[in-house]
Amino acid sequence: MSAPNKSYDPVEVEALKPEEIAARLDEALAAIAAAADLEALREVKVAHAGDRSPLALANREIGALPPHAKAEAGKRVGQARGRVNQALKVRQEELEAERDARVLVEEAVDVTLPHDRVPAGARHPLTTFMERVADVFVAMGYEVAEGPEVEAEWFNFDALNFVPDHPARQMQDTFFVQGNSTEGDESGVVLRTHTSPVQARTLVDREPPVYVVCPGRVYRTDELDATHSPVFHQIELLAVDEGLTMADLKGTLDHMVRALFGPDMKTRLRPNYFPFTEPSAEMDMVCYVCRGESVGNPDRPCRTCSSEGWIELGGCGMVNPKVLIACGVDPEKYSGFAFGFGIDRMLMFRHNVEDMRDMFEGDVRFTRPFGMEI
Amino acid sequence: MRVPLSWLREYVDLPATESGRDVQAKLIAVGLEVETVERLGDGLKGPLVVGQVLTIEELEGFKKPIRFCTVDVGRANGTGEPQEIVCGARNFSVGDKVVVVLPGAVLPGDFKIAARKTYGKTSHGMICSGDELGMGDDGTHGIIVLPPEYEVGTDAIELLELVDEVLDIAVTPDRGYCLSMRGVARETAIAYGLPLRDPALLDVPPPNSAGYPVQVSDPMGCERFTARTVTGLEPEARTPLWMQRRLQKAGMRPVSLAVDVTNYVMLELGQPLHAYDRTSVDGPIGVRRATPGEQLTTLDGTKRVLDAEDMVITDNRGPIGLAGVMGGANTEIAAPVADPETGRLHGTTDVVIEAAHFDALAIARTARRHKLSSEAAKRFERGVDPEAASAAAQRTVDLLVLLAGGRAEEGVTEVVSPRGPRTITLPANHPDKVAGVDYGRETVVRRLQQVGCDVYGQDELVVTVPSWRPDLSEPNDLAEEVIRLEGYENLPSTLPKPPAGRGLTERQRMHRRVGRALAGAGYVETLNYPFTGSAVLDQLGIEPDDPRRAAVTLVNPLSDEEPDLRTTLIPGLLNALRRNYGRGTHDLALFETGPVFRATGDEKPASRLVVDRRPTDDEIASLDASLPQQPRRAAVVLAGGREQAGWWGDGRPGIWADAVEAGRTVAREAGVELIVRQDQHAPFHPGRCAALLALVDGEEILVGNAGELHPRVIKTLALPERTCAMEIDLDRLEQAAGGPLRAPKISVFPVATQDVALVVDETVPAADVEAALRDGAGELLESLRLFDIFTGEQLGAGKKSLAYALRFRAADRTLTADEASAARDAAVAAAVERTGAVLRG
Repeated sequence: MSAPNKSYDPVEVEALKPEEIAARLDEALAAIAAAADLEALREVKVAHAGDRSPLALANREIGALPPHAKAEAGKRVGQARGRVNQALKVRQEELEAERDARVLVEEAVDVTLPHDRVPAGARHPLTTFMERVADVFVAMGYEVAEGPEVEAEWFNFDALNFVPDHPARQMQDTFFVQGNSTEGDESGVVLRTHTSPVQARTLVDREPPVYVVCPGRVYRTDELDATHSPVFHQIELLAVDEGLTMADLKGTLDHMVRALFGPDMKTRLRPNYFPFTEPSAEMDMVCYVCRGESVGNPDRPCRTCSSEGWIELGGCGMVNPKVLIACGVDPEKYSGFAFGFGIDRMLMFRHNVEDMRDMFEGDVRFTRPFGMEI
Repeated sequence: MRVPLSWLREYVDLPATESGRDVQAKLIAVGLEVETVERLGDGLKGPLVVGQVLTIEELEGFKKPIRFCTVDVGRANGTGEPQEIVCGARNFSVGDKVVVVLPGAVLPGDFKIAARKTYGKTSHGMICSGDELGMGDDGTHGIIVLPPEYEVGTDAIELLELVDEVLDIAVTPDRGYCLSMRGVARETAIAYGLPLRDPALLDVPPPNSAGYPVQVSDPMGCERFTARTVTGLEPEARTPLWMQRRLQKAGMRPVSLAVDVTNYVMLELGQPLHAYDRTSVDGPIGVRRATPGEQLTTLDGTKRVLDAEDMVITDNRGPIGLAGVMGGANTEIAAPVADPETGRLHGTTDVVIEAAHFDALAIARTARRHKLSSEAAKRFERGVDPEAASAAAQRTVDLLVLLAGGRAEEGVTEVVSPRGPRTITLPANHPDKVAGVDYGRETVVRRLQQVGCDVYGQDELVVTVPSWRPDLSEPNDLAEEVIRLEGYENLPSTLPKPPAGRGLTERQRMHRRVGRALAGAGYVETLNYPFTGSAVLDQLGIEPDDPRRAAVTLVNPLSDEEPDLRTTLIPGLLNALRRNYGRGTHDLALFETGPVFRATGDEKPASRLVVDRRPTDDEIASLDASLPQQPRRAAVVLAGGREQAGWWGDGRPGIWADAVEAGRTVAREAGVELIVRQDQHAPFHPGRCAALLALVDGEEILVGNAGELHPRVIKTLALPERTCAMEIDLDRLEQAAGGPLRAPKISVFPVATQDVALVVDETVPAADVEAALRDGAGELLESLRLFDIFTGEQLGAGKKSLAYALRFRAADRTLTADEASAARDAAVAAAVERTGAVLRG
């Protein structure tokens, strides 16, 4: 403990008088409140809280006080300086917040501006729809098979029980490929008229059980119009296993249309004739557009199904044992089912495409909206 | 096959309330494709009556001759007074019986009849033509003149059977028997569970030797030939109205009585018939194959040169008919002609009727060879009931006797090569196994009997199929009969359990990725027809020996200008580009993926392999060798702006570099880093063409080309300026694809960046400089990027400065400045050595 200071100035220091401190404090607080921006506040800070500020100078005078006065003066000055600093801090935050808000306002943009700098591309809906159909079956365990578009007649017809000169062979208006021999021999090669030759190729290649789908492009000698195209697309399905039945075919078709068109879709099989299936059926599904409500209702005609309530999707049936034999599969042991559907037609009514030509003219205005997947 | 419901009811007692649509639904369910139900006379309302023309006054002074008539319509007009009617037709005279529609009536098409002023007279009704009554036009556009026996005032709606429904059935090739009323009636009877009155059940006298002589020298091609003779036909005899109407409703035009009767019986029983004018047949009728070069003029007036496979009907002079397809003009039934002096009618009085059964295949080939599809050929091709031939002949004889006053001669010729009945053996539960349904033996047997089979046996059924069902030959055919009659709609819905699948193949995934990547880069996919011609290759400036000239050619193209299949995707894409451009879209980036077709020149004709066993691997290989190469390609074309101008700044046109980059985009999806080299290749600009290469087994192979099109090509094909293109072979890329990617190791030590600018000759490819820098920099180089190219006077003519940013980093330490500089110096040194580069100070 030091000895008491006996040599103090008997005159009280002017600057440390309570009213003086209070006045300095008021001045400081007023200046802080008056600071309009961060720059002004910085000046205020220097003036009222800096080393040369009145309160800082007053603080230095404390040492000159008699000991009994020091504590009180120190407390008084300290409190005043504390209040100034607090006020500075609050004002600082206020002004910063104001500045930040102002900057955000100034930086605002029109977010509705377009930015179509590189126009979007798109895949063709026929491509993506074929993938979608295939994926329904891939999810069930099927694999995707492929075959050539220029195909040997044996695969396109003979192996599928299209007997030469049988009327069925003429039903499909076939593009024939020219042979390259000078004798003018027939080449025995055609543009495949359906995806069914892939059935034969698959069976020749693989041992049952076989579960495959084959989406692809096929050809018939039709001129292009609103509902026909010489080039169109099919998806073929083939299942060959022990004990497959027509009920399995029906169940598989039901699953497909529900997966593609919605859970409430229904299918209908009608007897029909195809050389490569026996029994054969034509498959219809409830009209996707009117859901059958146009039937017998002339006020609400449906163009999609001609008010029949059903849309024809394609042919199907149990693989003709003759096809199995031609491909080396024992029909006593195995049975199978198959179908082939027109992808283009399915796309047309699923997406309201009114004219077949739109799908083949390559107009970007048609394709772009379909994007990457459908 | 058009089936009038009223006619169908003759064989099956359908409930009176059953409508055409009801029958349609039933027949569809058993497998007949009833495409439409036509409602004849829909909305028709009388009075429509028989009238007799009393007076005709010719009205003069109009643009066309007009008649003002008075017609006796009996009490039908309420007064019994003659009806005054204006008529524009001229094919009638005073005394003729005609069909008159009176005011208040409504004709088909909601045509309301009222008295109206016309040509200065008031017409109280109309004298009707067949067209106006919905009977079909006979080609004359005249009014109907009825046979004289009908009384005036008779209701013509009933008389002409104007109200009816007609089912139009698309008969599938296996159901030839449904090209007859008899066949459709049989299916209808089964569908309704009603008995059938079989029109073929007729009393037929046994064959004898007094019939017209027939010699069949090809019993394989003609297993049956029935000939009957009817004499004394009255030339005046006309086809009765009911028969005319049935023929019309079935879609045939009435011609003359003898011809109409043969057509009618064909429609009824499905047996094609032919009637020869006996006086013009010279000697016995023969059936044989034609001798090559023989000629025959058929009924349609066409002179045909015959093939050795064609089956012909002959007499002493030679062919008088193309068997089963069309008769010859030289024995045609003569239409009655009035003698100009006596007014008596002369025409054919004696006919020989042929009801034969010809081989389906032979008829099909002949019909196709001569491009002659007749009603007869259509039926023979699909199979005619051989057992119905004599009944059909009998029915024809009966009708000619009844309707034409003829006399049936006693002679009955039948040349028959006996064929045994066809039987099929199948387990009784076979239909159950095919359907996945327990029908049970009893149901199976009952259904097979319904379609006309004889069935014996218990667990193993021995089934004799009816003569009219040549399509039934295998157990599954019989299964289909059972299942369809039990109803396809009653099949349960079950799912098989396939073995676990492997998903898409790597190749299939790659094809999908390529499409997505190009679309993601702003390209729009098009699916172009693969048909093309050599003209477009000429326009593209493709040389005669270019492999793209090795096209696959079609025998029967849709257009003679485009007989070939594409050997490159670019022309199709350019077509689409031009179409879009023409429709006002000018900023375009299109792509297509798909096969091109390249003839190898070594293709041998594909052999007709057997179908009773799997072909051998060699046989399959020979089939594949008959096919052209069909590699899968991807291609793009672009024109106009690649980036649009907007508030953000300028746009950017699509250029050669975008095309090259599209190639890189595709290759990347295949896991291949492309090597790009300068190239000269049609149809590209010689200075703006890149070869796209990839490494396969260490060897560079060409996978595609990219660049700007040659200005001459752009001009010739009228393309937008600076159109660019790229085409790349996906199959080759697949070969070049590496295995699964090895993940890069990521160093967390600091990067050292060094920029260098190198001056090289203008002709030095940047790719060479970059390759040298990479090689020289060594393994510390993390990445290298060309960020600027500069040319200018200070460099001197023919020089360019390439500025690269090099980033160095070590895996295990922070590089020192010296290490980084040394690596950079090594990189530069390699560039200096290999490309003659000079480091720019």
